[in-house]
Amino acid sequence: MKISSGSMAISNTESIPGRKIVEFYGVCTGNTVRAKHVGRDIMAGLKNIVGGELKGYTELLQDSRKEATERMIEQAQSMGANAVVNVRFATSSISQGAAELFAYGTAVRVV
Amino acid sequence: MDDLFEKLSMFANFVWPLLLLVGAYLIGSIIERRHFRSIQKRERDLHDFPVVSFDTMPDDWRVSSSAMVTGSIVISLDYFKRVIAGLRGLIGGRIKTYEPLLERARREALLRMTESAREQGYDAIFNVRLETSRLANATRDGKGTAGVEMLAFGTAVKMASRFG
Repeated sequence: MKISSGSMAISNTESIPGRKIVEFYGVCTGNTVRAKHVGRDIMAGLKNIVGGELKGYTELLQDSRKEATERMIEQAQSMGANAVVNVRFATSSISQGAAELFAYGTAVRVV
Repeated sequence: MDDLFEKLSMFANFVWPLLLLVGAYLIGSIIERRHFRSIQKRERDLHDFPVVSFDTMPDDWRVSSSAMVTGSIVISLDYFKRVIAGLRGLIGGRIKTYEPLLERARREALLRMTESAREQGYDAIFNVRLETSRLANATRDGKGTAGVEMLAFGTAVKMASRFG
């Protein structure tokens, strides 16, 4: 999965490699809450017997994480930033069927 | 009629779970072996691609561009392993059946991250982090969806020159 949006530079390190941070804008966040799909859950139920990858869930979480990241980037852009550093992900199960995916980082301006 | 009912309930109570257990064991171990073989092969293909968990880059790396890359997988235990783990839970101790599951999920997530970085033309990944999260509850009787998500992410870089 590729995470980048136009000219925004994203990194999970404290700086963007090869560039210099000139301004900090603060923490930017993005989240999404997703419920699982009945069809996917039936397949997952079968997979639960023989084990192995639950592809439907892998894709679901990838899409959701991408969306959370895009929201984080949007927020950073509205702050006037051109990069987000020190990006972290968090996942939490809200209830049996739903999960929250959360991405956060520090919005900065780099040159 | 009573006889037939008895046979049916015997089938439902004992024979079917046993069949499920044996079937899950056989198919589950085939899937696991195949997965490990595929992981080993792909790891050999990527052996010259640097993937490091340092949070700062080595001084001799001259970078021209960077991006964040991720790789993830949701994996589930088979019924047999879950029953064994459930039994193990009663007496405590090491649950061996869970270990290969988590190991292959972690290696797969790392491989997916590395493969996606290589496809996009990057030369190395640093500050790699791994995260594990449980998706849903597994009940001891083996019902309910049980999944573990493994996420690997890091910062991929393109080198201007490795030894600038």
